[in-house]
Amino acid sequence: MAHDHNVNPNAPLEYQSEAGRLNITGFWTFLGAEIALFSTLFASYFALQSRVGDGPTSIEMFEAGLVMIMTMLLLTSSFTCGLAIHEMRANNVKGVIAWMIITLILGAGFIGYELYEFVHYVHEGVTLGTSAHWSMFFILLGTHGLHVSIGIGWIILLLIQLARRGLTPKTASKVFISSLYWHFLDVVWIFIFTCVYLMGMVN
Amino acid sequence: MDLKWNEFIITGDPLILGAQISILLGGIAVVAALTYFKKWSWLWKEWLTSVDHKKLGIMYILSALLMLFRGGIDGLMIRTQLAKPGMEFLDPQHYNEVFSTHGVIMILFMAMPFLIGLINYIVPLQIGARDVAFPYLNNLSFWTFFVGMALFNISFIIGGSPDAGWTGYTPLATNEFSPGPGQNYYLLAIQIAGIGTLMTGINFFVTILKMRTKGMTLMKMSMFTWTSLITMLIIIFAFPVLTVALAMQTFDRLFGSVLFTLQGDGNPMLWVNLFWVWGHPEVYIVILPAFGIFSEIISTFARKQLFAYKAMVVSIVTISVLSFLVWVHHFFTMGNSAEANSFFSITTMAISIPTGVKIFNWLFTMYRGRITFTTPMLWSLAFIPNFVIGGVTGVMLAMAAADYQYHNTYFLVSHFHYVLISGTVFACFAGLIYWYPKMFGHKLNEKIGKWAFWIFVIGFNVCFFPQYFLGLDGMPRRISTYLPEDGWTGLNMISTIGAFMMGLAFLIFVYNIYYSWRYSPREKTGDAWGLGRNLEWATTSSIPPHYNFAVLPEVTGLDPYWDMKEKGLDQQKNTDYKPIHMPSNSSTPAIMSALMGMAAFGLVFQWYWVGIVGAVGIFITMIVRSFDYNDGYYVSVEEIKETEAKANK
Repeated sequence: MAHDHNVNPNAPLEYQSEAGRLNITGFWTFLGAEIALFSTLFASYFALQSRVGDGPTSIEMFEAGLVMIMTMLLLTSSFTCGLAIHEMRANNVKGVIAWMIITLILGAGFIGYELYEFVHYVHEGVTLGTSAHWSMFFILLGTHGLHVSIGIGWIILLLIQLARRGLTPKTASKVFISSLYWHFLDVVWIFIFTCVYLMGMVN
Repeated sequence: MDLKWNEFIITGDPLILGAQISILLGGIAVVAALTYFKKWSWLWKEWLTSVDHKKLGIMYILSALLMLFRGGIDGLMIRTQLAKPGMEFLDPQHYNEVFSTHGVIMILFMAMPFLIGLINYIVPLQIGARDVAFPYLNNLSFWTFFVGMALFNISFIIGGSPDAGWTGYTPLATNEFSPGPGQNYYLLAIQIAGIGTLMTGINFFVTILKMRTKGMTLMKMSMFTWTSLITMLIIIFAFPVLTVALAMQTFDRLFGSVLFTLQGDGNPMLWVNLFWVWGHPEVYIVILPAFGIFSEIISTFARKQLFAYKAMVVSIVTISVLSFLVWVHHFFTMGNSAEANSFFSITTMAISIPTGVKIFNWLFTMYRGRITFTTPMLWSLAFIPNFVIGGVTGVMLAMAAADYQYHNTYFLVSHFHYVLISGTVFACFAGLIYWYPKMFGHKLNEKIGKWAFWIFVIGFNVCFFPQYFLGLDGMPRRISTYLPEDGWTGLNMISTIGAFMMGLAFLIFVYNIYYSWRYSPREKTGDAWGLGRNLEWATTSSIPPHYNFAVLPEVTGLDPYWDMKEKGLDQQKNTDYKPIHMPSNSSTPAIMSALMGMAAFGLVFQWYWVGIVGAVGIFITMIVRSFDYNDGYYVSVEEIKETEAKANK
């Protein structure tokens, strides 16, 4: 970065360096773009919701139990991710790594159930090409799932760096940014849970 | 996709064969020249891996000029085919491909990179910064744009060009009606370039918000910086819509989803809506920086502060909000309710209010100014009346009921060429000429520049003014030929003559670049026009050193450099140098983008293994980047002293 390293030792570790502050602002801006991205997906889903063609409707396919498990896994992972940042503020690198590993396991569990759900639907004959409704379902959920999967891979890389380098302004800002991403995906899931699953099961 | 070899490489068309041969010869010539002069390592180290915003800006502009040439050739081919009734210069299929690529290239691979190039070069200087917030990302943005552009351009020699219009409307663009790789090229090339644009948006948004020099509050920024900031905000919220829309159509074409198809209860109108939810803000993405450029030039050469600065800022922000609320006016005739049409009709007309405010601001800036008629000023002066013609016809089109008459005719074609050429293209020329000494250390020749200006502006009006009447006379757009009985022959011929005048003016402009490189006197100071008002002119040398400012300037008001000159302050007298931290060059963005191009090329032809290999490669480069802890380097005080001493000679 072409800026002097004016370090502010009183701020939390991730905000201490100029580069760290810029990266965090930049990532918040990126999340603004992500909101636009998911908004478009949701709008398209609503536009195509009733277009089931010859295929089944949501209410015939969704299972409340499965979705509840997925929701609990992801919500809990957001909580443990918050605990990891709490440990980071306490300057406890082992705590950060431990809570982040738990976060990733919960996230992987979520992805596992999501894959199970998709495979299950395909076995029931509901695929990407069944109807516009199901095309959009798979694309919306798939985009979220892909985000979570990329997040898992990314955080694994960060944990390796943490283990090697410890907590520095640079590693701290990286971990903090990944936590913003993780919480954001949780928020998106709450909308999916409400707008896709809950509303899909009452209509 | 099972393609025979002769379907893979396009054969049998003499025009395309000519292009293939010239591309091959041109490529061999470039490679031979680089090898002969031993410039490969210089090219790679100094330019292709550079994270310097100034070098990236120049690379953007060079690519954009190349695309202006390619898109211009497309335009001339269209005009040649339409010069007389029953021409057989292009067959209908080829004609469809040419007008589709003309639109995509001119908007996405010419106008945007040209403006982003100028923003790259100028905005960090205007805010008194040494680089952008994310220099690495800046290089990656350039390369994704470049790879997207390259992918789009090879379509006409390998596999076939997209032919469903620049809007790619479904169901025409679905597999059923547009089989083959053409539309896949469209989707994947724009996708890659669009991701680069989004990164530029984030990068410059943060740069302008967070990296302004001491004393420069938001309301002390130059107008070009303001328009850039708002443009970036529009990019951040508009481009994800395009990303999603393109991905959805890609899924329809490659993976069998039925979102926009006529089977499976799909809804083709959803694509049209999504496209224009991005497409209309896109119009403002290419016009707002143009407004900023004109504001700079007009206030510089009228020797006056911009009139009603605050009103200007308010109108830019208003335009950015309204730009997201007008998209339906692109398809008033496609069966919306009267209520929907009325709403979008009113919002569309409302945009003319802040735009009108700006027009008056420019006029009042010149009022009682001492105007110097340099070439950039001429382009700016020509912009005002021509843009008003485009704007007024735009308000005519905004009336939903009347639009049933104008829709899809040459009236519309003429309208958007009037706003895009006299707005964006004039601004690109004006901005390039104005800032040329900042980029290359010498001015473009004024006399040749004025020839290019007059021929272009007259040619532009000769080309497009008749098209309003052709449109009112019922000539639809996108037809490859017409009959003598239609009565459109004379005006079409006039229009074609105008188009070739614009082509001639472009050649003169390019010749001027060569001529000025050879013969123009080199600039001695940072303030080449002697009238500079903003900080880009405050650098010691004409071309700023790679760290821009040896000591960061302090700002107390609008037009800070003018202010310094008035007060007799010399920015260069301050020699309290400290080591400057600068970012290191990086080669991963170029490699990552090349792998994106490879993956996309595989997907275009549905060779999924190529796509998978490319995707794995992309992830590997990302991992390499994640583990890269290079924090840049320091420019020592001695080196700064040496550079600054050289600059003052």
